[in-house]
Amino acid sequence: MTETLIPFDEVIEKFDPALGLEVHVELNTNTKMFCGCPTEFGAEPNTQVCPTCLGLPGAMPVVNGKAVESAIRIGLAMNCEIAEWCRFARKNYFYPDMPKNFQTSQYDEPIAFEGYLDVDIQTAAGETETYRVEIERAHMEEDTGKSLHVGGSDGRIHGAEYSLVDYNRAGIPLIEIVTKPILGTGDKAPLVAKAYVAALREILLGLGVSDVRMEQGSMRCDVNLSLAPKGSGVLGTRTETKNVNSLRSVERAVRYEMSRHAGVLLGGGAVLQETRHFHEDNGTTSPGRVKSDAEDYRYFPEPDLVPVAPSREWVEELRSTLPEPPAVRRARLQKEWGFSDLEMRDTVGAGALDLVEQTIAAGASPQAARKWWLAELSRRANDMGVDLSAVGVTPEQVAAVQALVDSGKINDKLARQVFDGLVAGEGTPEEIVAARGLEIVSDEGALSAAVDKAIADNPDVADKIRDGKVAAAGALIGAVMKEMRGQADAGRVRELILEKLG
Amino acid sequence: MPEISRDEVAHLADLARIDLDDAELDHLAPQLNVILESVASIRGVAGDDVPPTSHPIPLTNVFREDVITPSLTPEQALSGAPEAEDGRFRVPRILGDEQ
Amino acid sequence: MSDLTRKTAAELADALAAGETTSVEITQVHLDRIAAVDGDATAGVHAFLHVDVEGALEQARASDERRAAGRPLHLLDGVPIAVKDVLTTQGLPTTCGSRILEGWVPPYDATVVTKVKAAGLPILGKTNMDEFAMGSSTEHSAYGPTRNPWDQTRIPGGSGGGSAAAVASYEAPLALGTDTGGSIRQPGAVTGTVGVKPTYGGVSRYGLVALANSLDQVGPVTRTVLDSALLHELIGGHDPLDSTSVDQPVGGLVDAARQGATGDLAGLKVGVIKELAGDGWQPGVMARFQETVELLTELGAAVTEISCPTFVHSLATYYLILPAECSSNLAKFDAMRYGLRVVPDGDPSAEAVMKATRDAGFGDEVKRRIMIGTYALSSGYYDAYYGQAQKVRTLIARDFTAAFEQVDVLVSPTSPTTAFPIGEKVDDPLAMYLQDLATIPANLAGVPGISVPAGLAEEDGLPVGFQVLAPALADDRLYRVGAAVEAALTSRWGGHLLEKAPVLEGVVR
Repeated sequence: MTETLIPFDEVIEKFDPALGLEVHVELNTNTKMFCGCPTEFGAEPNTQVCPTCLGLPGAMPVVNGKAVESAIRIGLAMNCEIAEWCRFARKNYFYPDMPKNFQTSQYDEPIAFEGYLDVDIQTAAGETETYRVEIERAHMEEDTGKSLHVGGSDGRIHGAEYSLVDYNRAGIPLIEIVTKPILGTGDKAPLVAKAYVAALREILLGLGVSDVRMEQGSMRCDVNLSLAPKGSGVLGTRTETKNVNSLRSVERAVRYEMSRHAGVLLGGGAVLQETRHFHEDNGTTSPGRVKSDAEDYRYFPEPDLVPVAPSREWVEELRSTLPEPPAVRRARLQKEWGFSDLEMRDTVGAGALDLVEQTIAAGASPQAARKWWLAELSRRANDMGVDLSAVGVTPEQVAAVQALVDSGKINDKLARQVFDGLVAGEGTPEEIVAARGLEIVSDEGALSAAVDKAIADNPDVADKIRDGKVAAAGALIGAVMKEMRGQADAGRVRELILEKLG
Repeated sequence: MPEISRDEVAHLADLARIDLDDAELDHLAPQLNVILESVASIRGVAGDDVPPTSHPIPLTNVFREDVITPSLTPEQALSGAPEAEDGRFRVPRILGDEQ
Repeated sequence: MSDLTRKTAAELADALAAGETTSVEITQVHLDRIAAVDGDATAGVHAFLHVDVEGALEQARASDERRAAGRPLHLLDGVPIAVKDVLTTQGLPTTCGSRILEGWVPPYDATVVTKVKAAGLPILGKTNMDEFAMGSSTEHSAYGPTRNPWDQTRIPGGSGGGSAAAVASYEAPLALGTDTGGSIRQPGAVTGTVGVKPTYGGVSRYGLVALANSLDQVGPVTRTVLDSALLHELIGGHDPLDSTSVDQPVGGLVDAARQGATGDLAGLKVGVIKELAGDGWQPGVMARFQETVELLTELGAAVTEISCPTFVHSLATYYLILPAECSSNLAKFDAMRYGLRVVPDGDPSAEAVMKATRDAGFGDEVKRRIMIGTYALSSGYYDAYYGQAQKVRTLIARDFTAAFEQVDVLVSPTSPTTAFPIGEKVDDPLAMYLQDLATIPANLAGVPGISVPAGLAEEDGLPVGFQVLAPALADDRLYRVGAAVEAALTSRWGGHLLEKAPVLEGVVR
């Protein structure tokens, strides 16, 4: 089926979008939600299963206290109320990757509820706008197994001949965090959605409760979207787009669904309330299978588990373990470092905040730390297609390189070669300088000879400088540096040139 | 107490993933109605002020330490499998979507 | 020595301790007895679905070695036991009386099985039951009914008819049962044996294939009150694998049974539950019940009538809560990971295989309850059915609380009738459900109950059970009162009630 897609600007002219985000986060506890099986990613299939997480007859669940603790900490970090008393409930539906054919989850009594998260987005004009995303709830549940679809075209579920199920993932603790409808974002809807997920990810990282690796599925996002006629104040019919598994995809999925909904509505049709699937490859969504019993999950309290009633003392104790909220921390660091708004935004945007902070802690100046991570190393990470933190250089090494620059042993240009060596694993910055022979030549005789040669080779330039056009010195400095293969202190070269021609 | 129709019984069977044939539907539908009529007698017995009891002996906060305990061996895990392949449970093709 | 199968577990333990016999000898005579009288689906008691001859004898030999070395593990080390087929046993088939689990051999033991093994009791085999413990007659077993040793044309009660019949027919001195609405006590009543449903949470449910999780309890099935106390103390206590397990040590039960057997109930306040008697109750059952109540007075107890008005709603409450929980519990039987897989013609999807398997693998009663439960939990009906049932459950528990403020124990007949003929109620669910009228309230409130033999009904000469209920965690009172009744009646009868049962003919398998 071909969708009619309406250009984004036109969508915004005619409709108000309402967003909703449901994020599933796998906790990084040692063991599963309801049994003592390990949670490590990537184990051989069905080696991390027991009677409980395999749903064998007779087996029973026991709640992982650490998972409850993590859930409460997440709730607190999202400014939620923590339930004084709540229960687990069974969500009943049949699916081969779900061992019991019910998911042990929470229904009308979530562990955390009524919170908010403030997220910042940048406008085209370069200004920062803050949106308050209200959190409806965060609840505890368990993950399902994973199916491998065999036969058919490309390993996808449709057209497969049969499937192979691995239950290692079944029972891993999940926290589902659900927003209230996010209204009034207009053309910023895709950005707000992305910024929310990014902010949530940042909070979870700070809490240390999850690996939050979207590509490994330890953080998964469902995007709810509806459109209402501009200014009508009503809520339209929503779709739930699943499988949105990168920050970029969140933005794209919202944008696509907005255009698609508008196409349906302007064509005189009605949006179907349905589940849709996002396709990473082309940024589109397609409808899921309509199931007659989709909504009848027959929830009821899990009779094999007893209620969770966190004491207020426990909650306050956990509150005291919360790290500084990311936004507060950013404001503090910006002040400490003396960064401009733009510098700070670029640092955060590049995912370099922690790295810069650690580099400064290792002795580098804020500006030097920022410069290396944002210019030199970001470019390399980009070329390598990895996160900045995976570029192969540590904050301590960056600080060590800068120390070499500060001491005059190398210059910035040589430092880049040191980074080459670091990425190639050639040893410490000092060892690389020594091994590659990068140390700046401070032999005045050699330097003086090189300057003389440059002056002789470039008489026109030399004349200009003699006439007082000092800016022309740059060309001679370049020639000297070339002659010295970069291993010279540009400042000293300039001094020599001006002495000789002054 | 509304009678549940044969169609409704068929729907329940579908929800419960039981492939009832016509004869079974004919047999079970009236029995279910008799049972439901009987249990419907509790409607209105307890007022809104009565709290529900889900557990007869009230306990709270029963937690496990986050400590790994031995898993089954893959052989044990798969020992009851109708079909297995490559250390995984082999199941017929799945209709519908990933959850 | 005389026939070892006639000995109680306590007597067998004494004989083992005294070196008068061996576990191998005891185990062998019981295996022989099973071979002689148990038969199969077509004839005989048919209490067992699986007999583990070699395993039992091996455990018996190990027990004898331990004892010879002076290191028995437990008082009951070497005394064999039968286990209801709803409890998982590593390496032994566990079918729950259902086709859908035919041939399933669990890779793990239920906690109670672990405890029994750790105490050195040889496991004779797995006993027959109504499919997934749904029923009051054992006729709903997919593997054919168990027959009542008192009259093999009649039911042995259910769902644990196999365990009750096994001890009643001297195939085992001890058995484990499970009681969700009376499945230990009602079979005890109609076979002339003793059965105890402990306080909810008193015995671990880990490895008990759940029927209704908030109602199920594992308990002892024996011929005497003392034997039940011994077994109860062995299997009871906290289990970290069962979140609903009460974190308290079990104890004082054997002492209470021994004290009760002295026959002094002075100072005990007994309440007769007004609502659990009257029209529809078999006259012979009521007559034996009244006599037993009088007996309590003779033993020094003060007896009053207590009204528990909401008990009249317990059956309806139960038949909403149970199907709801079981409809969800039984969803796991889907042909994907274990058990039966029925593959329809063509190129069926997983969904089609699930549906065909569940249709072929479940019996009618299971299907009925799954459907009722699915209905009761459906959106739109939850509040009216399941939600309301949970509230009425509160009222029933309150009736118990109020009653136990006035009396120490409550009593009633265990079952409204004696054993009925096989086939009589099998297609009349409501009539079958009524069998559990008196036993269900205890499960709803989580309180403990015992059934002890009260004699034979005049009209049919079949056993009648006397039920005693106590407050939660006061299981010791059951043993005190039960043992007192047992001692007085046994003395009046000049022996155990079972001695009046017909001698079983051997059957040819």
